[in-house]
Amino acid sequence: MGTTGLPTNITQGSRTKGGIGESTLRPDGTLKVTGEFAYSSDMWHEDMLWGQILRSTVAHAEIVSIDTAEALATPGVYAVMTYDDLPTDVKHYGLEIRDTPVLAHGKIRHHGEPVAIVAADHPETARRAAAKIKVEYRELPVVTDEASATAPDAVLVHGNRTDHHSGHVPHPNIVHRQPVIRGDVAKARERADVIVEGEYVFGMQDQAFLGPESGLAVPAEDGGVDLYVATQWLHADLGQIAPVLGLPEDKVRMTLAGVGGAFGGREDLSMQIHACLLALRTGKPVKIVFNRFESFFGHVHRHPAKLHYEHGATKDGKLTHLKARIVLDGGAYASSSPAVVGNAASLGAGPYVIEDVDIEALALYTNNPPCGAMRGFGAVQACFAYEAQMDKLAARLGMDPVEFRRINAMSQGAVMPTGQVVDSPAPVAELLRRVKAMPMPPERQWLAAGEAADVRELPGGLSNTTHGEGVVRGVGYAVGIKNVGFSEGFDDYSTARVRMEVVGGEPVATVHTAMAEVGQGGITVHAQIARTELGVTQVTINPANTQVGSAGSTSASRQTYVTGGAVRNACELVREKVLEMGRRAFGTYHPAWATAELLLEGGKVVTDAGEVLADLVDVLGDEAVEIEEQWRHRPTEPFDLRTGQGFGHVQYSFAAHRAVVEVDTELGMVKVVELACAQDVGKALNPLSVLGQIQGGTTQGLGIAVMEEIVVDPKTAKVRNPSFTDYLIPTILDTPTIPVDVLELADDHAPYGLRGVGEAPTLSSTPAVLAAIRAATGLELNRTPVRPEHLTGTA
Amino acid sequence: MRVTFTVNGRPQEADDVWEGESLLYVLRERLGLPGSKNACEQGECGSCTVRLDGVPVCACLVAAGQVEGREVVTVEGLADFAKQRAEHGGCASGACGTADAAAGTPLDEARRWAARGSDSHTGEGTELSPVQQAFIDAGAVQCGFCTPGLLVAADEMLERHPSPTDADIREALSGNLCRCTGYEKIMDAVRLAAARQSEGV
Repeated sequence: MGTTGLPTNITQGSRTKGGIGESTLRPDGTLKVTGEFAYSSDMWHEDMLWGQILRSTVAHAEIVSIDTAEALATPGVYAVMTYDDLPTDVKHYGLEIRDTPVLAHGKIRHHGEPVAIVAADHPETARRAAAKIKVEYRELPVVTDEASATAPDAVLVHGNRTDHHSGHVPHPNIVHRQPVIRGDVAKARERADVIVEGEYVFGMQDQAFLGPESGLAVPAEDGGVDLYVATQWLHADLGQIAPVLGLPEDKVRMTLAGVGGAFGGREDLSMQIHACLLALRTGKPVKIVFNRFESFFGHVHRHPAKLHYEHGATKDGKLTHLKARIVLDGGAYASSSPAVVGNAASLGAGPYVIEDVDIEALALYTNNPPCGAMRGFGAVQACFAYEAQMDKLAARLGMDPVEFRRINAMSQGAVMPTGQVVDSPAPVAELLRRVKAMPMPPERQWLAAGEAADVRELPGGLSNTTHGEGVVRGVGYAVGIKNVGFSEGFDDYSTARVRMEVVGGEPVATVHTAMAEVGQGGITVHAQIARTELGVTQVTINPANTQVGSAGSTSASRQTYVTGGAVRNACELVREKVLEMGRRAFGTYHPAWATAELLLEGGKVVTDAGEVLADLVDVLGDEAVEIEEQWRHRPTEPFDLRTGQGFGHVQYSFAAHRAVVEVDTELGMVKVVELACAQDVGKALNPLSVLGQIQGGTTQGLGIAVMEEIVVDPKTAKVRNPSFTDYLIPTILDTPTIPVDVLELADDHAPYGLRGVGEAPTLSSTPAVLAAIRAATGLELNRTPVRPEHLTGTA
Repeated sequence: MRVTFTVNGRPQEADDVWEGESLLYVLRERLGLPGSKNACEQGECGSCTVRLDGVPVCACLVAAGQVEGREVVTVEGLADFAKQRAEHGGCASGACGTADAAAGTPLDEARRWAARGSDSHTGEGTELSPVQQAFIDAGAVQCGFCTPGLLVAADEMLERHPSPTDADIREALSGNLCRCTGYEKIMDAVRLAAARQSEGV
């Protein structure tokens, strides 16, 4: 019977016809509401086996021995593999530095590291067999923070580093360090009337996408493998997988299976190589699906951080200087830590004009869980700190916190601490003005429905902990700056293949990219672009796979910009070819073919004055026009390793939030009543999807403000709460209304003037909530998430 | 063991079920109905919400043997279920079997369900329940992994409570986690479904 759950073409246009700027509906919407949309964990293959990974129970240890005999003898087990069974000399992978072992060799560096893999005919058989593998560990002391990592006698997490950062870091347990220095802080400090310092702590956040890491590897007759998997970047996966398998890249055919959210957590490999190894070993299809417990160990998290900030200001409210030190915990493997460091350093001053800046950001190697990409990527931690500082400065100066921010807000033409000029709109003050101008939710809103308090509207909710006694309201503001696209000189291109032909008497465009649709709605936008550029209504979206060139990563708020740009570019090239065909066939019938600006609209070739010259059906006839082309945004350059100077970022994106909270001051319970957002999106290609991004990002920011944290035991470096029972993400009851004011100020460098949307709202949401809680309680609150004990003084 | 029960109005038989298997596993892996999702498998996220004799439950927490002889409605059957409810009045019991239900669905046919699609491969034109249509129209679907569970839960709430307040909606859906949307569009969708229902649209 073969395979079920294979991704198929999706054609849209019978009912949905909109081009860019319209809120067209998702082409996969119906499939997703009927349960027919196949996610990576839904794949099924006749005769398939289930893979299971055995993970380490300790954080730092030497492996003395591994005994797989009993596991292998279990009925139903087809294969057990350890490091010794890896087929080639390439036994590591990694996004920037290939330091992550496919299976542990001799040493464990973090809790939950893969040690062995099992394939069996039932998932429970595989789990039980994995549990029978005997691993003897000799535990080592753990490195868990800056002090233990950089102590003179510190154990090195990775000995003999040869990566490209190893030469410039001050200690081998520092992955990467990036200073950003501009002006003269010592001199500027003399001008300051007030100086405010703060030490801030940011907890470890999990992406907590709902669709678990999963996929299906099917061995092929040619000795290769077909891999169906949920990921953020097929081609980056491919480049890491193929060498470990000892296969050329064209024998590892990857297809994107349905993705249940990502948020950065699928940038690194999870089960891809393991499934392929087991499939090639057993000659049978192998499916691996992590459960939630394993998922907490199966992907990197947001870097926890310690941040020290010092700002000065004059008494009329002008910032004089910033001195900051940002220490990110990268955990046991590098993942994308170097790029996160670059972001934290270059965006560490926030969206403010500060001429004299001295920032140092670094990421540590420790035995804590590996950390890497998550929505906001290094800019989130910094925003939490600099926005707390802005409130402290305003308070010291007796100024309104929004007014203080307005005075210092950057605008177009401002110079970043990296020396880069912000050369597109930067409406920081306007966003703050707008978010402040939104109507406030009514006081004592829990009485809105009548005389009696509706506990669902109060802190503590259905736990019925208060009927309004001891409840204090607070309001807080924050604004942030995020880069869009891959930075620091990365060749951040995308590829699109666009085909146009007549199908069933109607012109149809087919768009094929390798872009990972992870829920954001990229495929919706691709169909819209094709309609706008090619004048068709029917658009077919091919499944994303490695049979077309790389689309780059679905991260860094970049896909609408970069793959959207690639689709537009390919459409323009297709249009030129179609017009050439039209000129050849019909040019002699009408002079406008040669003289007018021609467009494709409503299935026809028209002049810019609206005169119809030909039907596309007649121009195309039996021919298909197809173009595959790479597209690049303007190049960036690396930051200078000593000064951090450089044209490092493609584009900046800005959002502001106002949080209204109510705090039960006696029990320390927080109810976020409203979280209003204003964001500049350049051009909303799909306004409905833009709102979805802003509200979703805002809610993840709320999560790390008051709920979410992976708790790692500082003595053992073991994760204490790997489940949705103990790691809490916001429910619909925890989440307030999120009114959004969308500003569209075009960036002339970007396709259609658009600005990447996905991440900026995750930055300012958290500090706005913290500011509101501080306003309600008068407490300093220098760490996030805030827990009840921090508010009741019982921490 | 063998488990015999009714799924979406059709009798189903699952053979060789291991005693530790959940209803969710049997639906997904033995009956070819992967619409109910496996996000946490410990009853925290609601992605596997189905109706068991009319009552919303997390299928991951129901042992397969517990459903012997009972009626289950999953997201795959939600449109039919809602249609029959609309035609025959309230059917909160879940006992909404079709007339030809006795014919059943062989395993192979059930597995081919995913390949059915419609002409356009988007399912455009597929008959949906009001709450399914509202989720699409309101933009309540992003990655969609939470959607099946939310739809079953929201449909059940609207059956009980046709004119919910916002607080009612939040309370009813508080067992269903969504990581993409921030819930605003889900609120919009349920309000829209309730409004359309009351207008008889």
